Order: sequence, then C-alpha cells, then structure tokens
Amino acid sequence: MDRFLFLVGTGVARGTVTALFALSLVLIWRAARIVNFAAGAMAVVTAYVAVGVAHATGGWWWGALAGVVAGGLLGWLVERGVMRFATTPLGGVILAIGLVMVLQSALGILVGPQYVPVAPPVSDRPWTVAGVPLGSPYDVLTVAVALGLMLGLRLLFTRTTLGLQLRASAFAPEVSRLLGVRVARMRTVAWVLASAVAALAALLLLPTELGLNPHATDVLFVLAFTVAVVGGLDSPGGALVAGLGVGVLMSLVTGYLGASATPIAVLALLVVVLLVRPQGLVAGVEARRA
Amino acid sequence: MSRLLPARPVPRTLVVALLGALAAVAGTFLLDPYRNYQLALVAAFLCATAGLTVLVGLSGQLSLGHSALMAAGGYGYALTSNAVPDAPAVVRFVVALVGAAVLSGAVGLLLGLAGARLHGPYLAGLTLTLVVALPAIATTVPGLGGDQGVRVGLEPVPDALDRLVALEQWQAWVAILVTSAVLAALHVVVRGRTGLRWRAVRDDETAAALAGVAPGRLKVLAFVVSSVAAGLGGAVLCFVTQSVTPGGYGLATSLLLLVAVVVGGLGSLAGAAVGAALVVLLPWLVGTLVDALPVPSELAQRLDGNLALLVFGLLLVVLMAAAPTGVVGAWRTARARRAARRRAGPGGTHPSAPGPSAPAREDVTAGSPLSGTESEA
Repeated sequence: MDRFLFLVGTGVARGTVTALFALSLVLIWRAARIVNFAAGAMAVVTAYVAVGVAHATGGWWWGALAGVVAGGLLGWLVERGVMRFATTPLGGVILAIGLVMVLQSALGILVGPQYVPVAPPVSDRPWTVAGVPLGSPYDVLTVAVALGLMLGLRLLFTRTTLGLQLRASAFAPEVSRLLGVRVARMRTVAWVLASAVAALAALLLLPTELGLNPHATDVLFVLAFTVAVVGGLDSPGGALVAGLGVGVLMSLVTGYLGASATPIAVLALLVVVLLVRPQGLVAGVEARRA
Repeated sequence: MSRLLPARPVPRTLVVALLGALAAVAGTFLLDPYRNYQLALVAAFLCATAGLTVLVGLSGQLSLGHSALMAAGGYGYALTSNAVPDAPAVVRFVVALVGAAVLSGAVGLLLGLAGARLHGPYLAGLTLTLVVALPAIATTVPGLGGDQGVRVGLEPVPDALDRLVALEQWQAWVAILVTSAVLAALHVVVRGRTGLRWRAVRDDETAAALAGVAPGRLKVLAFVVSSVAAGLGGAVLCFVTQSVTPGGYGLATSLLLLVAVVVGGLGSLAGAAVGAALVVLLPWLVGTLVDALPVPSELAQRLDGNLALLVFGLLLVVLMAAAPTGVVGAWRTARARRAARRRAGPGGTHPSAPGPSAPAREDVTAGSPLSGTESEA
C-alpha cells in the first residue's frame, strides 16, 4: 500500500509534466493542424542550452529561463525557416522528421552520446507522512510550475486580445483573415508559445530521468503524443486529464513491472485507445463530410 | 523493346522482374565479395522502401516504424528457421520467409486496424511508438533474446554452385530473387484495381466512399501489404547477416527509410531502388570519408553515424521544401514538360491543354499527397 501511494504521488508529478508537453503538441495542432513530431528533439536542444547556462551561472533558475527563451526562439526559427514549407499534413510530418534527424545528429556530433546528470533545484527526497513516502519538494515544485503555466495559458487564451486572435485563427483561418487577424503571425506565435512550454516541460522532467542525452526526450515525446491522443488532440483540458491518468498508470507500470515495460505499456495503451475511442476522451463534434 | 514483351500487364510485370533479376544476378559476377554483400543489403532495404513508398505515395499514410516491421520480419524468419533445423535448406528458407510474412503482417494488421482507419497523424505516432518500444519488447518478450537478438545458422552455398560462386555472391542472388518477387507483386497490386482504389481514397476519401470504395478497409490493407514487404526485407537482412537484433532497427533506420522514399519520389518503385541504394551506400561513404580525415578519434566516433544522419536530415528538409516529388518525380516532370514543349512547338496544336500529358498519366506519383496540385483526374 505504501508503495502504491508513493507511485501515485510520483505519477501525478510526472503526469503533469507529460500533460504540459502534450499541451505544447495540442497548441500547435490547433494552430497549424500539424503534430509537431520534432517537439522532442527541439526540447532536447533547449535543455542543453538550459543545462549549459545553469552550469555557467550556478543557478538552476537562470538555466530554466535561458531554456524557455531558447525554446521560444527555436520555435520561431522552426516555424519561419522550415514548417512554412509544409503544404499538406503529410509534408508537415516529413519536414518535422527531417528536423529531428538534423537536430539529434548535430547534437550527437557536438556533445556526444554520454548522459549529462541534471540536478534538481530543490530536494527530490520524498517526505514521509506516518512512515509512508508521499512526494518530494521537487514533485510539488513540478506540479506547481506546470499547473501555474497551464493557468497562465488559459488566461492568455480566454482573457486577452492576443488569445482571442489565436483562437479565432485556429478555429476559422479564412474568416479571421477577412476580419483583419494576421493568421500567419498567429501561427508563429503559437509555435513560439508551444516550444517554450515544451522546453520547460522537458527541463522539469530531466532531474527525474537518467540525465541529458540527445535522445533523452524520445520516450517523453511518444508518451505526450499518447496523452494528446487520449485527450482528444484538440483539447487542452483533455490533455491535462489524460496526462494525469496516463502519468499515474505509467508510474504504476514502471513501479510494479519495471522500467522496460513502460514503452510497451504506452504502445498498448495507444493501440487500445485508437481501437476503442479514436476521437479521444474530450472530443468535439466532427464536421460533416458528406 | 517493349514490343517483345507480353502485352497483358501481369505476365509483362513478371517477365520484366525476371529479366531484371537475371541482369542483377549477372551483375554480381562483376563485383567483389564486399560489394556483393552491399548489393544484398540494398536488395533487403529495397523491399522495405518499396513497401513504404507504396504506403505513403499511394494510400497517403505515413509510417515512421518500418524498421520495426523489418525487425518483425527478421524475428519471424529467425524463429521459424530455428524451429525447423532439420528440414532441407530450401524448405527451411521458404518456411522461414512465410513465418516472416505472417509475423510482420500480423503486427501490421493490428497497428493498421488501430491507426490506419483514422484520418490524421495517428498512424505516424503509433508506428513511432512501436519503434521506440522495440528494444523493450525484445527484452520483455521471452524468446526474442533481448539486446543480443536471435541468431540463425548460416545457409551455405549449395554444393552444385560451390565451385562457381562465393558466399556473398550466393547471398546476393537469394536477396535479389526475393526482392524481385516482392517488387513484382507490389507492381501488380499498384497497377491493378487495388492501386486505383488506394489512389481514389488518398485523393478524396469522401468521394471514394460515395463511389462504393471502403476507405478504412483499403487503408488497413495498404498498411498490411506494406508491412509484409518490409518484413520480407527484414527476413532477407536476417538471412544475410545471420542475426536479428533490436539495435539494428532503431529509430534512425526507420527515419532513413523515410528519407529514402522521399528522395526517390513517393509512390515510385524505381525511386525506392534509388533510395535503398542511398540508405546503404551513403552512410558507408560518409564513414569512409571520416576515416580518411585527420580528426581526433573521439570526434571521429561522434561523426560516425551522426554525420550521415545529418546529411540525410538536411536532404529531407531541402527536398521537401524544394522538390516534394523526389528525384524520379522531378526527372519525370522535366521530361513531361519537354515532351509537351515538343508537341506544342511547330504548329502549336493544343496550346490550351496545360499540365502533364500522356507520360504523366501513367505516373503513379502524379497527384502525390505532397505536391499540392492534384493533377490526376
């Protein structure tokens, strides 16, 4: 029972981070109808920037700030430099894959394949309540940062003019353009926001993993993709709920069956969800096609 | 030349495949053993790229997991071959090939049912998950041998040919034989009724459904056909290298296959051949180049493998931005344009007829899901 509670606690923390990463996929999917298959590789690049700055300045928070800024910049570069050539959804995926190859192999050449350990900014030793280990200060920090960021994004999307324009250009690009919304610019803004969010999510996850390596986010990406699909791909709220559910599930699988079972569990979950409820948990009404 | 061949499509394809295989077999006499080994690898990868190019170019679906399907074929081959150690060599090989096709087809069917019926990026994400999960599957499922994989015995050169050919050349022959069979089968399917329906579904699912074509079923079928082709490629690779390991079929291999079909031109089997040759030869060329460069050994170790991926990634991005129909597609467009100019030249008979004409109508890449303009009526 102790172990179960501990695993659930860790699962909630990791699930929130996964949800945050999935949220970045959802943001780009809503804005551009592209699943950003390069999200993992982009997040690894920003994580290297963050860890480098953190080592140079000695402050984790400076590193995090640098990572988020680098994430935004990289999102801008990728959207303007590469993704605008995507004329079809298939072309978008292929371009993203090309980007994955370029980023990961360039990192492999620059920094090599060895793992760089990443220390958490606060203690990651779990508190024990009545002898039961529950969660660490780092888990609390993770959940707080992730939830705070999601709340901030929600406010941005629902309470500001920029948010209104973002939603309008995602919902009806043609009409928005007629009404004077710069749809192409909104798409760029969405990419910048999403990449910054993904950078922070990857950074929050790294201290609980083996360390930083050019392939450190591969599993995070497929996990986040699964979460986004379970949540409905179009719904930020669905991503949060699915992230928590999948996070706890994967934590239990890892805890009871071992770490090597996690990717198989993700695959099985994805297959089952796609077979049973492909539109996701939170799905809008599909447009009429015929 | 074309008058000498049978006019009906299926016999014609078979004759062309047989002639091609004979030419390739004759070509192996000109190559040294290492080149023959590379030729066998190209043939094995050609099965996978041909399957993938049909999937992407004709049915408009993307798989990022074809290396895992190759691995499924390799495991199917190895496990079946090890299960019948006492059978005669030919029987064992054929039974093992069937095992490879069955296993990769079953995996393809399961994934296809889950991901291929849907519209959108689901199949790509699902197959990516499969590749990422492959090492874990190999360690968890009993009998797959973990990171070490499964080994199979060497199939030696038959006694009758022992004097004539070396082992590598014999392996290249077998690889060429299997690959030409796979290519011929794919070609027959692509040019036939099923290929036509795939293209209809790719271009407009709703219109295809209204015309009585079941889009979901056809997309799943396309993925299964493509999986079996990749699985047979994996089986050939296992036959040549005598082992199958999860490390050999990682994400990098999967993405290389995608580059190969994009470079060759989506939907084009000839392009798949160009792509397969590139996938085998470019890493080798880059490796040779790095070895020749006077760089420190640590840097050389990092460059090895990564540099080829970097080149491929840049190639993929530049090609997708500049020439989405690939090398073969660009060549065909240029040829069609030249032909149109020639016809329109003296007299200018049909100045009002724009776009690709007769040669492009035959072209399976016309109206590819990437070119934006759907020129196929």
